[in-house]
Amino acid sequence: MSGILTRRALVGSMVAGSGMILSGCDALGNNPQFREVLKLGEDANYIVHRSLQDRMALAKEFAPNQRSPIFRSNGTRMPVGDAYARHIATEFRDWTLVIDGLVARPQVLPINQLRAMPARSQITRHDCVEGWSAIAKWTGVPVKLLLDGAGLKPEARYIVFHCADANDGTPYYESFDLLDAYHPQTILAWNLNDQALPVMNGAPLRLRVERQLGYKQAKYVQRIEAVASLKSVYGGKGGFWEDGAGYEWYAGA
Amino acid sequence: MSEAVEVQGGELVKRHRLFTRVWHWTNAVAIFVMLMSGLMISNAHPRLYWGQYGANFDTPWLDLTHWLPQGRFPGWITIPSTYNLALSRHWHLAFAWVLAFGFLAFVIVGLLNRHIQRDLALKRGELAPKHLIEEIVHHAQLKFPTGAAALNYNTLQKITYILVLFGLIPLLILTGLCLNPGLSPLTGWAIDLFGGRATARSVHFLCAMGIGGFIVVHLTLVVLAGPYNEIRSMITGKFRVPHDRKPRVAPEPAPELAGEAA
Repeated sequence: MSGILTRRALVGSMVAGSGMILSGCDALGNNPQFREVLKLGEDANYIVHRSLQDRMALAKEFAPNQRSPIFRSNGTRMPVGDAYARHIATEFRDWTLVIDGLVARPQVLPINQLRAMPARSQITRHDCVEGWSAIAKWTGVPVKLLLDGAGLKPEARYIVFHCADANDGTPYYESFDLLDAYHPQTILAWNLNDQALPVMNGAPLRLRVERQLGYKQAKYVQRIEAVASLKSVYGGKGGFWEDGAGYEWYAGA
Repeated sequence: MSEAVEVQGGELVKRHRLFTRVWHWTNAVAIFVMLMSGLMISNAHPRLYWGQYGANFDTPWLDLTHWLPQGRFPGWITIPSTYNLALSRHWHLAFAWVLAFGFLAFVIVGLLNRHIQRDLALKRGELAPKHLIEEIVHHAQLKFPTGAAALNYNTLQKITYILVLFGLIPLLILTGLCLNPGLSPLTGWAIDLFGGRATARSVHFLCAMGIGGFIVVHLTLVVLAGPYNEIRSMITGKFRVPHDRKPRVAPEPAPELAGEAA
């Protein structure tokens, strides 16, 4: 009988213990110092990913018949405000891409000029941080071409993509190191599955960075800025989701 | 542990060496964090698909929203306990390192100190059907080993540990790496081996469930086999050898009945 009591008591304490484990994990997770410790995982992934493979190694490209039947939208589907509404009304004829910051030759490029530049097409898989994946064909101008045209200054370390959508008034932006910015598959796409880029997928310019998760694929891109540091860009963590929700800046893991 | 030639029931002996114990508890923490943060991550899109892709307009092979209360894993089993995909990813990606390198250390040290070859490897005859059936029956009857046999892993234990340590955990790590877009140029061969990223994600989830199942059985058996003794052996290493079960003695016939019979 005492043996049975011992086991019952133990099971009870294990159940109570799991409750303590949970509240303990929540307390830890909310502690800023402990979050910095957890962030070491992201830093380690970044270092290892950069070390292990060729910097120009390509993400897999697929055959046309391997595409998803529907490439779904996520995040902003329609930027708010009159400015974007006017662009829709004029079919984006007046859209321009600004390239500035630490560049020798700041640029203001009309959308038609971008579409006339050499284009790259790629059928790649989009991996959302939520866990779903979808495959589509993207056509657009390589970002490397744009950066070469603007002439990056030696002190530039990051490329920031500013967007036309704002969530609750906070502008959307994403940023990357030079390695991903210059990667062959990093393009500003103006075409999705051989059709003009839909509004819900980022019309008229949607960034593709094929070795990172979906939230890094900025939509409605209207400005590219070269900077030496991310600390003074909006919330300083390198992106809208990074500033607002704590998502990783390096989304390759 | 080398098999003791003679041990007395009730004797306190050394059972688990230091490295095994340290790895066990480190691994236990890592596994629990990975499972619980993983369930929170699953809550972001609780559907599993086969193939190269899978999203809302594709047909899942398993739609967990049909099986879970309010369509998601409840907070008492997730880290954190309230919906937070970013934070659960931080937990998951940090402890993935602990799990993976802890496992690597276990394999290296386990080969060097021969824990794997001596204690885990199956010996001749252990897979014989008669032997397996006998052990299954004993387990079902909750007859746990006594005497010297209690110091060794029994065959079912060995098979289970081999499947988890050299099957589920490596597969979990490999499929986890397949989910990293930053590594996709390197892991493309593995993704194709599974038939696509969506399948790799499904296998990742199934391996996690397999490990969850192992934990339930493992803890249940610890409780049934004598929790204090078992847990102490994994903390201090010391284990008290169970006494042999007393042999069953046929009851003497009652004198009255004997008299009547006569």
